[in-house]
Amino acid sequence: MECKQSQEYMSAYLDGELGPSESAQLSAHLEECRQCRSMQDELRALRALVAGGATRYAAPEHLKHRIRAAIKTEQQREAATRAPVRAGARERAGGFTRWPWAWINLGLTGLSTAAFAVTLTLYLQQPSGEDQLEQELVASHFRALMPDHLSDVVSTDQHTVKPWFAGKLDYSPPVYDLAQQGFPLIGGRLDYVNHRPVAAMAYQHRKHILNLYVWPVGGKSAQATTTSTPRATSHQGFQMVRWRQGDMEFSAISDVNGQDLAEFARLLRDHGAATTSAP
Amino acid sequence: MDMFLGDDEKAAQFEALAMPHLDAAYNLARWLTRNEHDADDLVQTAYLRAFRFADSFRGGDVRAWLLTIVRNTYYTSLRDGLSRHSDVSFDEELHGDAAHDERQDSEDPASIAARRDASRSVNQALEQLPQAFREVLVLKEMDDLSYKQIAQVTEIPIGTVMSRLARARKMLLAYLQPGMAGD
Repeated sequence: MECKQSQEYMSAYLDGELGPSESAQLSAHLEECRQCRSMQDELRALRALVAGGATRYAAPEHLKHRIRAAIKTEQQREAATRAPVRAGARERAGGFTRWPWAWINLGLTGLSTAAFAVTLTLYLQQPSGEDQLEQELVASHFRALMPDHLSDVVSTDQHTVKPWFAGKLDYSPPVYDLAQQGFPLIGGRLDYVNHRPVAAMAYQHRKHILNLYVWPVGGKSAQATTTSTPRATSHQGFQMVRWRQGDMEFSAISDVNGQDLAEFARLLRDHGAATTSAP
Repeated sequence: MDMFLGDDEKAAQFEALAMPHLDAAYNLARWLTRNEHDADDLVQTAYLRAFRFADSFRGGDVRAWLLTIVRNTYYTSLRDGLSRHSDVSFDEELHGDAAHDERQDSEDPASIAARRDASRSVNQALEQLPQAFREVLVLKEMDDLSYKQIAQVTEIPIGTVMSRLARARKMLLAYLQPGMAGD
């Protein structure tokens, strides 16, 4: 073995990390090479010097606490993302805690949220009583516009139309002719709205048909009623005005514009007021 | 470790695994960073990382595993420029003898002084070694790791561990005995 190689192996030799055959070659070389022997001594001394002299730094006491605190913080941060199930799950028995509770919880939360959303949607889509009534009126008006459905009794005379209802209804609807004001009476018919037979009267305004439905105020609200202000709505392009006068409910519907319909409603209410105040 | 262990169990398990090697981890960190503050931060970061990846520890040499994490964390922080004092030179008066003074109060003053001198010069020489040589020496001489373990921690081949250690010792000799081994 050359000195160069001997110097390469020396360090590993002293560490006991040199293979058996290299170790044998090196010790043979050391027998005959004084220079390499002195190098071996130097290295031995160095190892002793480093082992005895170099500082082995011990971890300061506070470091342990810092690490514990950091781990705790880490766990709290982790726990915050899976907080709701964790506290409960930990107390239960073995196999149970091994379920992926975070995912199960997420799934259940999603399901109940979806169920609530569906319920809410159904609830909101459910038409109120008023909406349902107004839809009925629109349907009735629309049906009345079909051929031969508009009038059962064709007359422009209120004194013909009004008696016609007698015997067909358990009340007597007010019938006015408004031809002078541009709304001639065309006729009357029976219709079925709001779970009862009602009086329906057809009026005309220019080329437009107006339907007026009249029925008595029903149920408990009967005593409480007086005159209410007209409420205008719009359904599928039809204008509708509804109001209450005396003990009667009035609903007017037509494809005329809102102003004309409001005028029609006003005329009827004026007539009604005049009739009741002057019996 | 089990993913579904309670937090307390997991922390306790980690503590039993890793805390016995805190001194070794700190010593390596201290020699890598060459100052106390960075060593503190480095070990804390490394231990937190070890805690996070404790699930991936599949048995074997815990100390080598922890030292590997300390070392990797150090080089990551160097790369990210997080180390505050990595280039600050060793302050002998402040840090040099603290660890020894506590253990040596029963010796006579002359031998304390002699050992202090030896300790001081060895520390200084080690400080001056390039990082790659210093770390293999620390792992060999202070942690008494085998070449195989050093290769695992530093992620270099065993042959390189061998030649790097030989070179490191030669350099150390040159620092300690100026004019003698400086060939």
